[in-house]
Amino acid sequence: MRAASLVLLLWAGVALAQDPALERRVTNLAHEMRCLVCQNQTIAESNAPLAVDLRNQIREQLAAGKSERDVVDFMVARYGDFVLYRPPLNGTTLLLWTGPFVFLIAGFYFLLRFLRRRQVSAPRLSADDRARAAKLLE
Amino acid sequence: MWTLGIFAGLVLLLAVGLRLNPREVPSPLIGKPAPGFELPLLMEPDKRFSEKNMLGKVWIMNVWASWCPPCLIEHPVVTQLSRSGMAPVVGLNYKDTRDDALPWLKRNGDPYQLIAFDGNGRIGIDYGVYGVPETYVIDRQGVIRYKHIGPLTADVVKNEMEPLVRKLNAGS
Repeated sequence: MRAASLVLLLWAGVALAQDPALERRVTNLAHEMRCLVCQNQTIAESNAPLAVDLRNQIREQLAAGKSERDVVDFMVARYGDFVLYRPPLNGTTLLLWTGPFVFLIAGFYFLLRFLRRRQVSAPRLSADDRARAAKLLE
Repeated sequence: MWTLGIFAGLVLLLAVGLRLNPREVPSPLIGKPAPGFELPLLMEPDKRFSEKNMLGKVWIMNVWASWCPPCLIEHPVVTQLSRSGMAPVVGLNYKDTRDDALPWLKRNGDPYQLIAFDGNGRIGIDYGVYGVPETYVIDRQGVIRYKHIGPLTADVVKNEMEPLVRKLNAGS
């Protein structure tokens, strides 16, 4: 009985793994999610046991007819927005999303200020100076 | 003047940012009902445990595994916590095998009231477990009120868990 169920399970696993369209969806989704054990890898890249489990979880759910949205919601409900490599825009992530633009604009502002100040402080020549320079150049 | 201001701002940003622990992922489960499960017991595989068995009690769930070195580090603290009688401590044996877990308990002592066996880690996923050990405080209504990631320390127990459990026990 146990052997039979094992064979069935293996067969199911092979059958699942052989569906290339499903595998593509699993991989796409796994690339969007952070592995929580090794935080700078995606679930697709990591070989941590938890990442393997979560990949299988994604595969099972997609195979059962769930949508990508459903799977993402499943993960976020358990691990929070942190699992998403592209977190949604909300109160806590506002700075994360707008920060780069704020820095860019601030950078331009300071650059402009700096350039303008340099212009102003460029030495002005008086008429006398010019006359002296012209004399020297003759 | 400006550069000094920017420098001070950066120092402040780094001072705060570098002190945050990136491994501590805030759990979205705090304040939510503990995910339902029914698992066999580690010691008696033919008996089962469900989180519903604990309704009406404030209890602590400690996720551990024999392959997890920090679990061994926190083991004395868990033992102390369990002995204090503050709340029942239930173990969730996560992604482990009986062949490894039982000798581990024999060697180190078994601090748990009972241990549910989550061999494939499926229930761990429902609880958002990503780094064992993890510890949950669950209230009488079955709502998760607290989660600690990583080994428990005497400080965490004394300063965070004890006041919380006392408050939960005192409340309705």
